Amino acid sequence: MKMKIILAKKIESVVAELAVAANLFLRKDVLAALKKAYLRERNLRAKKILKAVIDNAVYAKKEKLAICQDTGLPIVFLEIGQDVHIQGALNAAVNRGIESGYKKAFLRKSIVKDPLLRGASGFSPCLIHIDIVAGNKLKITVLPKGFGCENKSQLKMLKPTADIREIKDFIIRSVKDAGPDACPPYIIGVGIGGTADYAGVLAKKALLRKISSRNSKLEKELLRQINKTGIGPMGLGGINTALAVHLKTFPTHIAGLPVSVNISCHALRSATKVL
Amino acid sequence: MRRLNTLLTDNNIRILQPGEEVLLSGTIYTGRDQAHKRLAGIIKSGKALPVELRGAVIYYCGPTGTPKGKAIGSCGPTTASRMDGFSPLLIAAGLKLMIGKGNRGQEVVNAIKKHKGAYFVTYAGCGALLSKFILKAKPVFYPELGAEAIYKLQVKDFPLIVAIDSTGKNIYKKV
Repeated sequence: MKMKIILAKKIESVVAELAVAANLFLRKDVLAALKKAYLRERNLRAKKILKAVIDNAVYAKKEKLAICQDTGLPIVFLEIGQDVHIQGALNAAVNRGIESGYKKAFLRKSIVKDPLLRGASGFSPCLIHIDIVAGNKLKITVLPKGFGCENKSQLKMLKPTADIREIKDFIIRSVKDAGPDACPPYIIGVGIGGTADYAGVLAKKALLRKISSRNSKLEKELLRQINKTGIGPMGLGGINTALAVHLKTFPTHIAGLPVSVNISCHALRSATKVL
Repeated sequence: MRRLNTLLTDNNIRILQPGEEVLLSGTIYTGRDQAHKRLAGIIKSGKALPVELRGAVIYYCGPTGTPKGKAIGSCGPTTASRMDGFSPLLIAAGLKLMIGKGNRGQEVVNAIKKHKGAYFVTYAGCGALLSKFILKAKPVFYPELGAEAIYKLQVKDFPLIVAIDSTGKNIYKKV
């Protein structure tokens, strides 16, 4: 494979562009899932709320406004081909890209530099997850994660002998605990395996998967049960508590079974570009 | 659909029913975590509040920046339960109506009941759409808090759903 040189400056401008796109233009798959939910919904108030959610996405795009005022903690996923050489400082470029994109689109300064002292908020730093992969391409994804739903994340270190029912119960319990607070209908990311921290990354990455009809039997079963809770849009009842359940697994230790649930609100925002 | 003005009377709060849709017009204030912490601290210390809470409406919201030519940016509700530890103090100091998303704790329900207030929810995750109902916005207290500053908003037909009424009846059930 021929080595490719990518300038940090180029990465900065692409991150800026993706930060704006993610926050202003709702993902096509999410919008399609919302429209499907609207058609399926029978509860009149839930239908009205879903209509407002769809109208909001359309209005945000037209008026170049953020879909949600919580423009999130920006998370940047980089899949770097091992034959890529990045010229310049990568982390600094990514953070500058986030800052310039957020500033340009009037997004919100939601990041406090010190979690204990709090203080004035800014656009950065973002969180960067790097995977080294084969090839000479660089895939950049920006996921602005709102904290109304991030606050509802849960982790459970199950016993390796746990049966599938215990796993399902924990995932469904996490959704019930989120209840009306985190802007349902949700997209549920679940990471199973690895370690406590890695299961959380898996759950987050599961949110990046396109919502489609191609789901595992377990995902379909979980979605069905979650939608039977009756939480519904805004928690005011209905059959649409979640739009999708995405599981992502990884090998783990003989002594454990980490399960991490990362809930996304209906405004699941991300944008990707490959260089 | 009921129309409500922010020049509130006990009478027009009393008639609100959980689940009822309301269009609110008038002056409201934003306030979220840090502003609540500060206001509650001032109340506890017995000092004078920077903002008049008697008969006030607080909207749990931290808006984005304001694009050119707009009154406000995206401005939807934030999770109300994070304010639960502070709300009873603010309600006792005169706060009448709260707007947010999600359920409230029992201590807030009790305070609402005791002081004859109400809690509304509005379209969650619809911050772009809700900006249409805000005519004017200005940070008036704690500007150093940025998005968490207290903004004074002029709203017109701002869409709400009554979640907890003045008798403590709650639209949410525990699942």
